[in-house]
Amino acid sequence: MAANPMTQFEVYRIGPEIKIGSFDISFTNASLFMVISSLAILIIFNLGSKKNSLLPNKIQLLAELSYTFVSKMISDTAGSKAKPYFAFIFSLFMFVLFCNMFGMIPYTFTVTSHIIVTFVLAAFIFIGVTIIGFIKHGFGYLKLFVPSGVPVVLLPLIVIIEIISYLSRPISLSVRLFANMMAGHTMMKVFGGFVISLGIVGGWLPLSFSVALTGLEILVAFLQAYVFAILTCIYLNDALNLHH
Amino acid sequence: MIKKIFFQSIFFNFFFLKEVFSAESGGMPQLNPEFWISQIFWLSLTFGILYIVLSKLILPKISANLELRKSQIQENIEAAEKQRQSSETKLKEYEEIVAKSKIEAKNIFKDAREKALKNINSKRKTLDQQIDEEIKKAEKEIDLLKKNAPEKINKIAIEASSEILKKLIGADVNNSSISAIVDDLSKKGGDKYYGN
Repeated sequence: MAANPMTQFEVYRIGPEIKIGSFDISFTNASLFMVISSLAILIIFNLGSKKNSLLPNKIQLLAELSYTFVSKMISDTAGSKAKPYFAFIFSLFMFVLFCNMFGMIPYTFTVTSHIIVTFVLAAFIFIGVTIIGFIKHGFGYLKLFVPSGVPVVLLPLIVIIEIISYLSRPISLSVRLFANMMAGHTMMKVFGGFVISLGIVGGWLPLSFSVALTGLEILVAFLQAYVFAILTCIYLNDALNLHH
Repeated sequence: MIKKIFFQSIFFNFFFLKEVFSAESGGMPQLNPEFWISQIFWLSLTFGILYIVLSKLILPKISANLELRKSQIQENIEAAEKQRQSSETKLKEYEEIVAKSKIEAKNIFKDAREKALKNINSKRKTLDQQIDEEIKKAEKEIDLLKKNAPEKINKIAIEASSEILKKLIGADVNNSSISAIVDDLSKKGGDKYYGN
């Protein structure tokens, strides 16, 4: 019968237990897929940048298209000042995209379906962006919480709302990715379970659903990586070009 | 029947899932903090290495490749533009040469025509002169003939009249008397007979 759809998210140790102090940093299946994703990115982009021909081959074209795609995304949302952060956003986008995509292969583990992973990424981005904002604008960065053209009576309320929305950025950023990944994979597992439990008579409907969902999930995997990267760009834009 | 089985099984499936959710590992494995530190550690490690390698080694290469290609394409375009311009100037030169040679050909044709016309004119003139001379000569001859004609006619008239008289009368008439009559006649009405 149908297996528990949540077992696919279980983390288990691969190999021996490694401990630093009281912290358990054992190599797990999550770590394995982080390593696989990173290695895949490095291999693909290394091959894509190895030799430069005027007429690029497929893998070079892939690498260069991703490069121009991300660089265009950054320059569109955060302007030319965001150029020094290009490498970070590029690796962030690629890492999330590859983790999502590797999760689409059956019997694999989706790294980004864990709140702790997405939260660490989002918190890192949040802290980094805040530090950049304070370095660029000093205490003037606090003007971000005071939108211009707001009546004085409403100002305290607006400032509180702005602060709350600013502080909730890492949570919304991380939960968006994590929830999308988890929900999609759970749904696919549930429909997969239906195929087994309904057998050859009634299993065709959930099977076709499963196929359709796979396409949808691949779209979501790309879209969520894109959203993650573009929101990072938008936060960076706030820190670099103070608009308020 | 199939429908019934389907909906029943969906219902039972959900029932089954619900039980499992609440029973086993306490819901979502994501909220189990057992491997959080491990995940944070490995995430930092892998992402850090990924970032460093991408930013230091791979991305500059891709960027350089793109720049190089851009400049190469730009150069090619410029070279093509230059060649186009040079070919245009060559085409202009060629057209000029063609136009010049056309004009030359026209001039040569004109010259030749004029020469031919001159030749024809001069030849015609000489011919005309020759013809004029011939005509003059002929006229002179005619005039001469005209002048000599009366005498001859007189002679013939005298002879003829003497013959006629001989035949009519049957006797010889003195030539001198006949000639006197003929001369007289010719002097009287000379203009009538031999004039225009």
